[in-house]
Amino acid sequence: MRVRPLGVFAVLYLMFLYAPIILLPIFAFNDGTVIAFPLRGFTTGWFAELTQIPALHEATLNSLIIACSVAVLATCLGLFAARAATRYKFPLKGGIMGFIMLPLVLPEVIVAISLLVVLMQLGIETSIFTIILGHTLLCMPFAIAILQGSFSGLDQSLEEAAVDLGETRAGAFRLVILPLVTPGIIASLLICFIISLDEFIIAFFLSGNEPTLPVYLWGQLRFPARLPVVMALGTILVGLSIVLLIVADVFRRRGLRKMGQQDAGGFL
Amino acid sequence: MSEPLIAMRDVNKYYGEYHALRGITAEIGAGEFFSLLGPSGCGKTTLLRAIAGFEEISSGVISLLGKDMAGVPPNQRPTNMVFQSYAIFPHLSVKQNVGFGLRKSGMGVAEKTRAIGEALEMVGLGHLGGRAAHALSGGQRQRVALARALILKPKVLLLDEPLSALDRKMREDMQVELMKLQREVGITFVLVTHDQEEALVMSDRIAVMFEGEIAQLADPEVLYRRPATKRVADFIGVMNFLPGQAADGTLEVAGLGQVDLDGTFVPDGSVSGACSVGLRPETLTLLADGEAGSAREASGVIDEVVYYGDMTYYDVRLEGLPEPVRLSMRNIVGRDVLDVGAPARVAWDPRAMVVFPD
Repeated sequence: MRVRPLGVFAVLYLMFLYAPIILLPIFAFNDGTVIAFPLRGFTTGWFAELTQIPALHEATLNSLIIACSVAVLATCLGLFAARAATRYKFPLKGGIMGFIMLPLVLPEVIVAISLLVVLMQLGIETSIFTIILGHTLLCMPFAIAILQGSFSGLDQSLEEAAVDLGETRAGAFRLVILPLVTPGIIASLLICFIISLDEFIIAFFLSGNEPTLPVYLWGQLRFPARLPVVMALGTILVGLSIVLLIVADVFRRRGLRKMGQQDAGGFL
Repeated sequence: MSEPLIAMRDVNKYYGEYHALRGITAEIGAGEFFSLLGPSGCGKTTLLRAIAGFEEISSGVISLLGKDMAGVPPNQRPTNMVFQSYAIFPHLSVKQNVGFGLRKSGMGVAEKTRAIGEALEMVGLGHLGGRAAHALSGGQRQRVALARALILKPKVLLLDEPLSALDRKMREDMQVELMKLQREVGITFVLVTHDQEEALVMSDRIAVMFEGEIAQLADPEVLYRRPATKRVADFIGVMNFLPGQAADGTLEVAGLGQVDLDGTFVPDGSVSGACSVGLRPETLTLLADGEAGSAREASGVIDEVVYYGDMTYYDVRLEGLPEPVRLSMRNIVGRDVLDVGAPARVAWDPRAMVVFPD
């Protein structure tokens, strides 16, 4: 068989992307404290140990509270912004939308430091609440991008037709617009949840003495003996992220099908 | 026409500086099939949306059933609309779409089901009620949109270019079907279209609009045979315009000769000086070899032949005319289709002339 250069490139590319992630579960099940080949044997002991660390449970709970709040907040705000951007004309619309989307490309470290400075100036203690604020800022652009896709696919006359058939504007939104953008809303909730759950930099700066899961993990790296446990936890997180991402995309596609539209790309 | 169903008086609409509707005044009677016809951007859709309540007018009065509609939202007007895109709710079934407007009717479930069944039957979709709306073809969507609007028994049905998305054959079938349906339900239809043929076929009366104004409001035959302005004449069907000169009751038509102004149609009542003389293609006749002519006869050469099957259009270059004139002949048995370059004799009739001042 002829070796095709582009085929080789594709394989190397995928290895570069995924080899580190594949190492994660390998060492999570490895019966030894040293992260190195050769492997020592199979164990699920590291996963069992996860259940024995109260600080980890606290961090997990913090992360879940934050991720859920952020998902809801960012999606609600994104809903308003996306609706406004697709349905109405207003002065400086391009500029305003541009500024809302900016956190997408700003260096996270800069955002995190700026937020910390502002919070300190205002005299607000860092806590779960401040992380929620920071993550909402970070997730908003993603929520808007997803929801804008849902809204812009809507025929404007759908809403008018509902009003024409006797509904009030609120009724038209509830009965026609909302069901049609629901898949987008669910996708946005899930994506924001994952982003917040995995996010480290902002959480690190704003967490104070209430660490999130990634912040806790980072703290554990100082203890080499804990490394396999970290690997086990990482395995769970990666698995969860992949599952949520797939679910989010399934909802996005179902939304498109509902409207009888063609799939034009997405996250997966 | 006793009490007009829709009365529009000096309706104006501005979008910022742009004057979209300029003093529209018209009345539409009960049971009428009324069309707003014009090129895109003439304000016809804006006027329709103003009647529906989706556009607020800047000044003037639109009243329905004698009631001023200012400030009345679309959901409280006795109108329903068929949108250009049909606006079928994609997440609902055909039945749910058709029954959407009955939500606030206070009907029982059985009553609703019967009404939905009847409405679907009326548009010939009785068998499709359970289907998902996004699985429908263009023609079926249009029927669902019709059923959804008609189920509420509106006083006026507003149709925004309802046939423009259909292919030609389907469009012609739907034209006839819409006319039948309108006669059956007896509801006033107000149709917006840019297709003059569609308007001529279906309407009782047509308002031709240019730049936010009604240029002429008349029934199809009057519009076609007695257009009020050169622009209307040009927009509706095909019309040849020959240069002419009017003086003292006589009209000198380039390429044809002299006629009495009395025998022609002059929309403005009187005309003098330079003018354009309009002649429809079917009012000119190509004479066969040896066919008896008359004094009203001109000769020339065939410049172009367009064969349509049932008809043939000829462009004939007449002596003394800069532009060829277009005429149409039915391809009846025994009449040959002539070739480009063949000599031709053309018979004409002053009674078919419409004289516009230049």
